[in-house]
Amino acid sequence: MANGTMKNNGLQYLPFENRIAQIDRKITDLREQAGITDNNASRIRLLQQDLTAELKRLYSNLTPWQVVQVSRHPQRPLFRDYLNLMIKDYRELHGDRCFGDDPAIVTAFGQIGREKVLIIGQEKGRDIKEKIACNFGCPNPEGYRKALAKMKLAEKFGLPVVTFIDTPGAYPGIGAEERGQAQAIAVNLREMSRLRVPIICIVIGEGGSGGALGIGVGDRMAILQYAYYSVISPEGCAGILWHDGTQADKAAQALCLTAPELKELGIVDTIIPEALGGAHRNLHDTVYNVEQYITRTLRDLKRMKIENLLENRYKKILAIGGSDQKVIKSRIEKPKIPKRLSVEAQLRDIEKIPIEKESTAGTPTRDND
Amino acid sequence: MVNKQTKTMAKVKPGWDGFSLKPKREMPEGLWIACPSCQNMLYKKSVEENLDICPECSHHFRIDGRKRIRQLADDGSFEEMGAELVSSDPLGFSAAGKNYAERIRSFSEKGQNEAILVGKAFIRGRGVMLSVMDFSFLGGSMGMVVGEKFCLAVEKAIEESLPLVVVSASGGARMHEGVVSLGQMAKTSAALARFDESRGLFISVLTDPTTGGVTASFAMLGDIIIAEPRALIGFAGPRTIYETIKIELPEGFQRSEFLLEHGFIDMIVHRRDLRSEIGRLIDYCGK
Repeated sequence: MANGTMKNNGLQYLPFENRIAQIDRKITDLREQAGITDNNASRIRLLQQDLTAELKRLYSNLTPWQVVQVSRHPQRPLFRDYLNLMIKDYRELHGDRCFGDDPAIVTAFGQIGREKVLIIGQEKGRDIKEKIACNFGCPNPEGYRKALAKMKLAEKFGLPVVTFIDTPGAYPGIGAEERGQAQAIAVNLREMSRLRVPIICIVIGEGGSGGALGIGVGDRMAILQYAYYSVISPEGCAGILWHDGTQADKAAQALCLTAPELKELGIVDTIIPEALGGAHRNLHDTVYNVEQYITRTLRDLKRMKIENLLENRYKKILAIGGSDQKVIKSRIEKPKIPKRLSVEAQLRDIEKIPIEKESTAGTPTRDND
Repeated sequence: MVNKQTKTMAKVKPGWDGFSLKPKREMPEGLWIACPSCQNMLYKKSVEENLDICPECSHHFRIDGRKRIRQLADDGSFEEMGAELVSSDPLGFSAAGKNYAERIRSFSEKGQNEAILVGKAFIRGRGVMLSVMDFSFLGGSMGMVVGEKFCLAVEKAIEESLPLVVVSASGGARMHEGVVSLGQMAKTSAALARFDESRGLFISVLTDPTTGGVTASFAMLGDIIIAEPRALIGFAGPRTIYETIKIELPEGFQRSEFLLEHGFIDMIVHRRDLRSEIGRLIDYCGK
């Protein structure tokens, strides 16, 4: 991704966002000019309209691979952002009481709306130092054991559990194997299926395989609009199918990993909308949407008797791949979108949109600088 | 000649199409086979008579589901259940010009219908719910049918209060069913939670290889976990780990002995003692 990203005004752009980057740059150029004249203000307004239209066009039609790229956007809100923005006075809890403390899984007591909850999330880290500490969001067994230990605590005191999933997968390392990565995840799956408090799981970025599932079993499953959830990373799948990780776009297409497809499969219950152009463009809107979803869902779940809740959870889990499994049949007839990915098509699009007037009018002012 | 062939196959296979999850062909056609462990030439029939174990070095060859049942259950006692279940191909998976639904069909034409066989059986006279994974079917991968059959076995075991014996041999979740196959990890684990609450005995037998989503769900949830000698058992495959950390993996890494040393399995049992060992464990647990 790194070679395709461009920087402007602090915001980083994905390879398919060239056009958006151009408009954004024009807007910042105009803004930077001293003394905003009427002419400039109206021009900025027009450009912003244009930007919105372009974002709408692009983001309503993302290919699965583009969705994966958005979900991995370097500026996408991470678990800590949600924690800080959503919860005023959280208390972080550390350690699995067994081996250590894994920074890739964060557990904390907090209050969402009026509800006191235990909040568990996978953290990738923002800067390189944090990223290394968090293993780039790949938890070790102690992370899963910490999550379980705190869930047991929540069960004891009747606190609902909210988990935030954002991981490329559980860490594949020697230490992780020695300490029983598989066993840690397996025990979590079993215990979460019968934890006697409501559990809500939200995929906020990458939902990578067993690593995501390790804190992803619950009563409700939600996913952000441009997050993905898959059994294997598109690169890994492409590596197996074609021995070529660069064909990940095709693999992403085949894996049905985007939010609408997951909803159709009955894996997720709700898609939480993101801000236009992805969560990183407007952090607060996205966090607000997530918060609303949690308060609403908790209210529903709290009304249920715990026995009914557990029975429903069990039935929900057992329905996955059961005899009444929904099948995506429309898959083959789906229009093939990747044409838009080609550079030629993108260039053609740029010429088509009537922004020429603006850009020609804009260039002389830049010369004055 | 044969010797040379197996040597190259142990490494990356040049003609591999990348799609096939077929096991290494450890038992090539012919009368003589080479043991991948000690390189001795063995008479095939004598190996088969020896429960597919190398008589020289006790290397346990991989065996398919039917053979496993023949070796483990009392003669003719296996009553299969859920044999009619076939994957509905939930994603409509087709990539690289290969169609998952067609592959499933080609297997069922050969008489193999899924990567797991479940049914009631007797082991040394003790009634059990036996569930055996078949590595020769798409790498023993866990898809929706594997999950469904597993849950069927657990339900029956609860109903008839039978001990559950599961022999795992799997590469993990089945990529071709995407996130539905991932859901099977949760599904089998949830079913085992119910089984646990009904105080059922679950003996998990790990054989070569047990990795990925199967290890990270039911295989590691056994009340008693048994492994065959030198079986590969782990979460991530050795190649994945090597590619991630770029460090030479230690000798015997992720083998049964390694897991025993780190406290994740109860015992390592030679294939010829498996029947008696399971029988004795069932007796101890009073089932």
